[in-house]
Amino acid sequence: MRVALFVTCLVDGVVPDVAKATVRLLRRLGVDVEVPLAQTCCGQMHINTGYAGQALPLVQQHADAFRGFDAVVTPSGSCAGSVRHQHPALAARSGQAGLQRQVEDLASRTYELSEFLVDVLGVTDVGAYYPHKVTFHPTCHSLRVLRVGDRPLRLLRAVQGLELVELPDAEVCCGFGGTFAVKNPDVSAAMLSDKLRHVLSTDAEICSAGDSSCLLHIGGGLSRTRAGVRTVHLAEILASEPVPA
Amino acid sequence: MSTFLGLPAPPGAPPTAPPGVGHLRGDRPFPEAAADALADPQLRHNLGRATRTIRGKRNAVVAELPDWAELRAAGAAIKDDVLAHLDTYLLQLEEKVTSAGGVVHWARDAAEANAIVLELVLAAGATEVVKVKSMATQETGLNEALAAGGVSAWETDLAELIVQLGDDAPSHILVPAIHRNRAEIREIFLRAMGGVGRAADPGLTDDPAALAEAARLHLRQKFLDAEVAISGANFAIAETGTLGVVESEGNGRMCLTLPRVLITVMGLEKVVPTWQDLEVFLQLLPRSSTGERMNPYTSTWTGVHPGDGPQEFHLVLLDNGRTAVLADPQGRSALRCIRCSACLNVCPVYERAGGHAYGSVYPGPIGAVLSPQLTGVAENPSLPFASSLCGACYDVCPVAIDIPSMLVHLRERVVEDKRAHSRIPTSEQALMSAAKWTMLRPGRWAAALRAGRAGRVLGRRRDRIGALPPPLSAWTSTRDLPRPPEQTFRDWWVSSNGGHAEDGGT
Amino acid sequence: MSARDDVLARVRAAQAVEPLPDGPTPRDYRRHDDRRLPELLDLLVERLTDYQATVHRGDDATTLVRSVLGGRSLPSLVVPDGVPDAWRDGIPGGIDLLADDPPLSAVELDGVGGVLTGCRVAIAETGTLVLDGGPGQGRRMLSLVPDYCLVMVTADQVVGSVPQAVAVLDPSRPLTWVSGPSATSDIELNRVEGVHGPRTLDVILLG
Repeated sequence: MRVALFVTCLVDGVVPDVAKATVRLLRRLGVDVEVPLAQTCCGQMHINTGYAGQALPLVQQHADAFRGFDAVVTPSGSCAGSVRHQHPALAARSGQAGLQRQVEDLASRTYELSEFLVDVLGVTDVGAYYPHKVTFHPTCHSLRVLRVGDRPLRLLRAVQGLELVELPDAEVCCGFGGTFAVKNPDVSAAMLSDKLRHVLSTDAEICSAGDSSCLLHIGGGLSRTRAGVRTVHLAEILASEPVPA
Repeated sequence: MSTFLGLPAPPGAPPTAPPGVGHLRGDRPFPEAAADALADPQLRHNLGRATRTIRGKRNAVVAELPDWAELRAAGAAIKDDVLAHLDTYLLQLEEKVTSAGGVVHWARDAAEANAIVLELVLAAGATEVVKVKSMATQETGLNEALAAGGVSAWETDLAELIVQLGDDAPSHILVPAIHRNRAEIREIFLRAMGGVGRAADPGLTDDPAALAEAARLHLRQKFLDAEVAISGANFAIAETGTLGVVESEGNGRMCLTLPRVLITVMGLEKVVPTWQDLEVFLQLLPRSSTGERMNPYTSTWTGVHPGDGPQEFHLVLLDNGRTAVLADPQGRSALRCIRCSACLNVCPVYERAGGHAYGSVYPGPIGAVLSPQLTGVAENPSLPFASSLCGACYDVCPVAIDIPSMLVHLRERVVEDKRAHSRIPTSEQALMSAAKWTMLRPGRWAAALRAGRAGRVLGRRRDRIGALPPPLSAWTSTRDLPRPPEQTFRDWWVSSNGGHAEDGGT
Repeated sequence: MSARDDVLARVRAAQAVEPLPDGPTPRDYRRHDDRRLPELLDLLVERLTDYQATVHRGDDATTLVRSVLGGRSLPSLVVPDGVPDAWRDGIPGGIDLLADDPPLSAVELDGVGGVLTGCRVAIAETGTLVLDGGPGQGRRMLSLVPDYCLVMVTADQVVGSVPQAVAVLDPSRPLTWVSGPSATSDIELNRVEGVHGPRTLDVILLG
C-alpha cells in the first residue's frame, strides 16, 4: 500500500512538528509514508472565504500531487473534510468531468489521521506512552463533516500513562473558523473564552485536538491566560514513546 | 477571474425584496452590531441560559423518536416537492381556499402585502387589530404600515407583547424577547401597559406566573373587542385549502376564532401538498422548536366555517424575494425552512451575538442564509460571514438545510458582487490572488514559507508573538501566535532525507 | 400584469433556472404504533400528565364527572350540544349550566367558569387531544375562553401516533389540537401554565 502524507499548508509552515510526529507514528506502525513535494494547500481558505474560482486550480493541483497513492492521510480533520466534501462539489460545478472523477477518487482515498489508524490500519493501541492529564477538543469538522465519532478518544484511551478528562461542552466550536477569526474577531474571541474556561475547568495539563488550526487558536488563548496549559496535537501524543532506559 | 462559478442574475430573474419597507436589513455590518451584544453581560447571560435550556429540551424529545432521521428525510423531500411544483400547489391552494369561502390575494412584495391588509382592515371598519406572532408580517413591517394608515396593531404573543411594549425589536424567531430577563419584563409591563390598555397591577412581581397573568388580563379585553385578527401560517395545505397555526399560549386560538374577520399573511413557500404531510411537520416542528412532543395548541381551519369562528377570511400570499431565492439552485433549499429556530439555539455565534446583530427578522444561521438571499447579497454582505462554519445548525435542522455549504456559496456571491461593482480589487481579493499564485507552484510556496520564518524576530523572547499590526492584530488582540519554526516541514523532509538521516531510519 | 400572474411567472422562471429533484416522498417513518391498547392508554396518561393535565381514569362516566367537577368549585359550566346523558348526569347540582344555543358571545363566555367537552381523537405518544367541533364539542371558542376545560376521552378514540390521528381527522372541519393547558416559555424559558387558554385542563379517560 502506497501511503502519502498530506501535510497541510499550516502544519508545513507553522507547526512542522505535527507532521514529523505523524511520520514517526506511521513508521512505527509499519507504514512507509511518502511526502509528495508537489503538494501545497487544498484551497479550503479560498473556498470558505468566497473565492471558489481561485480555489479550483488549487483543487486540480492537489489532486495531481496525490495521484497514484492508495491512501492519503492528514493530521487535519478540516483539510480532510475539504478534500472529501468541498473538492468534489467544486469539481462538479466546474463542469470538468475528468477533474470530477479524479477528485472523487482522491476523496474516497483521503483519511484524517484517527480514521486512517482505526479504519485502515485497524489499530487503537498505537504503542504510545504519554504520562499526562489530557483533555480533548473534538473539532467541528472532524465531528460534523467527517463524522470521526469517538475514534480519537479510543486512540487516546489506549495510550499508556495518559489520563483522559472529559471536556465540558466539547462539541461546541472553539471560535476559530478560518477567516471568521479575523472577520468577526469579537465573536470569535467570546467563543474562545468559553472554550478556554471549559479547558481550564478540567485541570488538564494538555489540551489536544486533531486539527492544528483550532489548536493554534486555543493555544494562543491559553498562552495569554498564563495558566500553563499547553496544546499538543493528537499525532504528537500518539507518536510519543517511553524514554529508553 | 470573472464569474466562473458565481451565477450572475439572468435577465428576467425574479426581483429581490425591495428596500425601504420591512425588516430584512440591518443598518450596520454584523461584526459591529455583534460587538454591542458582546459588551452586554446581562444579555449574554440571558442568551446563554435560554439557548442552553432549549437545546437540552430539544435533544431529549428528538432522542425519543426512533425514526427522527426518516421524518427529517421526508420533511426535506416534501419541501423540495413543494418548490418543484410551487406554481401548481399555489393555484390548487387558491382554488380550495376560495371554494371554502375564503378570498386569496397575491402580493409581489412587502409594500403590496401591507397595502392589501390595510385596505381589508379599513373595509372592515376597524381601527384596531389583534395579531398572532407572524414572521411574514414582521418581515413586511406590517405594524408600521398599519399605524401609518391609522390602525393600531396589538401583538398578542407574550414575547411579542414584551417587545412591542418595550419599543424593542425581536431577537429570536421563537422567543422574540429571549434577550430580556424577568426584571426587565416587569419594568416594561409596569411602564407601558397602562398607556395602551389595561394597566398592570402596581404590585406586580417578577415571578413569571405573575407576569403571564398580567399579560392575560391586559390582552383579554383586546381579544374580546377585536373585530379583525391578523395571523401568519405555519402551513397551508394545497389539497384541502386548510391553514394551520402552531402555538402555545392560546393567543393564536383567540385571534383565529373570536374576531369576525381573519387575515392570514403567508410566504409562498409555506404551502404543503397534502393533508397527510401534516403528520410529518407536526412531529418535526414542535420537537425542534420548543422541545416539546407537541405544542399546547395547533389550530387548523379551511376557509370559513359557518357559525364557528371568523365569517370572513382572507389569505395573502407573499413573494417579497422568495422567488429570487428559488432561482438560485444552491440557495433555494433555504425555502424549506419551517421557522423552528433550532439552528439559532445551537449556534455558538448566535448565542454570543444575539438576534439583533443580524439586522433582520430572521436571525441566526437560517437568517444568515435567508436574509441576504431575500434582499440580494449586496444589501446584507456581512451575514454570510457571520458563522464559523461549525456545522451544528445543519445537524439539528429538521428539514436538512445544509446551511454551512449555503453560507460558503453566498460568500462567493458576495465576493462576485463586490468584484462586479468595483474595478479596484479589495485588499482581500489581492491577498487571495497572491496566495493562489504562490500555492500553485511548490517552489514559490516553499520559498514563501521560508520567508514567513522571518517572523521569528517578532517572538524572540518567549517563543510567542503577542502583538501584530492590522489586519493581523484582529488575531493577536486576544491570542498569541507561536513563533515560526526554525525549518518548514518540507525543508526538514528534504534535508533529513525524509527524516531517515536524523533518526537513523527507526 | 396582475400580482397573481406576475408572481406565478416569477415562480416558473425561477424553477426553470435548474429543475428541482422530483420523485415520490420517502415515508419510511413509523406510520402505525403497534403497541396494544392498554399500553397506549397508559402512555397517554403519562404524556398528558407530563404536560400538566390532570387525568382521571375509570369506566363510570357519571361518577367520574361528579367527582372531578365536585373538586373544582365552578360557578357555571357550558355544555355543548350532543354531550351524552351519562356525562351530563354527573354534573353536580349548584353549577349553573349553559347551552350554546343561541350562541353565546365571547363576552358571555368570558364570564363562564368552564366547559365540558368531548373530543375526536387522542394521540398517546404526544399526549394530544384533538377537538373537531363534532357532537359533544361545539364551537372552538367554548373550549378556549373559559378558564377551565374538562375533556372526555373514550378508549376507542385513542391512537398511538400522529400519523394515525391525521388519518382519521377531517380537514374540512375546524380542528384544535390540545396538548396540556395553555402555556408560555417566553420569560427566561420558564414554563408557565396558563396564559390565554384554559389554565386548568382535566381529562377523563373512559375504559
